[in-house]
Amino acid sequence: MSEIALPLFLCLLIPLALVGMALINTGLNRSRNAAHSVLSSLCAASVAVLAFVIAGSAMSGQPAHIVSIGGKAWGWVGGGALFARGIPVSDWHGLLTLIFELFAVSLAVQIPVAGGAERWRLTATCLSTAFLAGVLFPFVDFWIWGGGFLAQLGSNYGLGNGFVDAGGAGVVQVTGGLTALVMAWLLGARQGKFTGEGVPLAMPGHNAMIVLVGSLLALAGWIGLIGAGAVLFYNAGPGAVLMAVINTMVAASGGALAALLTTRGRFGKPDASLTANGWVCGLVAVSAGAPFLKIPEALLVGLVAGVVVVFAIEVVELRMQVDDPAGAVSVHAVGGVWGLLAAGMFSAGGAGQFLAQLIGVGTLAGFVVPVAYGVNYAINRFVPHRVESAGERQGLDLFELGAGAYPEFVTHREDFLRR
Amino acid sequence: MELRIAGILLMACGWILMLAAVVMLNSLPPRTAFAAAGMAVEILGFVLLAGAHIPKRKKRDV
Repeated sequence: MSEIALPLFLCLLIPLALVGMALINTGLNRSRNAAHSVLSSLCAASVAVLAFVIAGSAMSGQPAHIVSIGGKAWGWVGGGALFARGIPVSDWHGLLTLIFELFAVSLAVQIPVAGGAERWRLTATCLSTAFLAGVLFPFVDFWIWGGGFLAQLGSNYGLGNGFVDAGGAGVVQVTGGLTALVMAWLLGARQGKFTGEGVPLAMPGHNAMIVLVGSLLALAGWIGLIGAGAVLFYNAGPGAVLMAVINTMVAASGGALAALLTTRGRFGKPDASLTANGWVCGLVAVSAGAPFLKIPEALLVGLVAGVVVVFAIEVVELRMQVDDPAGAVSVHAVGGVWGLLAAGMFSAGGAGQFLAQLIGVGTLAGFVVPVAYGVNYAINRFVPHRVESAGERQGLDLFELGAGAYPEFVTHREDFLRR
Repeated sequence: MELRIAGILLMACGWILMLAAVVMLNSLPPRTAFAAAGMAVEILGFVLLAGAHIPKRKKRDV
């Protein structure tokens, strides 16, 4: 029983990250879409849990389907039973892993919801989420956490300890972040986001306070995510778990302060939402190697993440012309890639470890983007992702749900003017 | 649409190139070089895909 206590406690912290993400996303949206944003998060989490427990757990579970390539065994996909029936009640490690994965997949699906905010229909959100949680996520989960070919890069080919990702910088953050980018591409920009000449206009979120509170809540969830992942997938002892907690706090603090100073230097005053993004990007980046990094290394990971996220958000919006209301692509995909590569740079595995991390990043990009793009493009042919133009003007709360999040607010008359 | 398909195919090909580097080569330096080439192909595909999603803008009348 004592073996279960620590990982179970850590697992039970993870939902706080879910709450934090939902609050951040909602605060960065306009008030007319607030209820829709939280409901999308709730529905996405619900669909993700069901899709994963029905199908995903089979594809990420044991025994593995093995393919022999060049005389080496490559684990390509799990061969478990549907509805996780292959995990006996006596297998506490298997059950804890399933609990962890359910929370992790619930978190991963929040990221595309953020990328498609203020224009993504609820029905299409649920369909897309079912695919992400039931098919795409389980593949990546198995390759990295389930003993698949990325985890085997060390034992099969001598590349350090194989691809290392204790807290889901790749499995959760990069997978979710790249899917968010795909959704932002397929949905297109919100009405009025870009001028006719392509200049982006500011569309400020409606509540900076819940964005910042959400960021603080996310810290507790991330501590759970990284700590539990380290125990379940890397057999980390209590010392490594405690180090992961310290590194997580250090990286988040470094990320927030770096983003605060960067925005102050560039814009004259610190930017609250970008500072929150820096905090979360620090959490994302340190996820990969928190149990194995030294404290100065974790600080460096956080500082770089905090600076990079400010510039990445500008590149995504100005150069790529992508409308990403919450900065999900920059925070989760860019921050996650930096964290994975940093884990390779600072770990004890040497150059081989860095190559393993590079191959892992290449696998995530080369698998997630094409598959997510193709499937979501196909979904769009049958169930359009984007809400009607009138719904976007009116706000998704009234248009899709029939009631606003803040009924006592005075609605701006311009919201209903024909444009 | 053609640019999008080309971008997606290049990203997938770059990934396969990276995996081929691990399987076919033995020592670390050529593996790293081959994997870096695969990553470059992926980045090229990504740039094509991203460029295909930048909307055409009206030119401002002077």
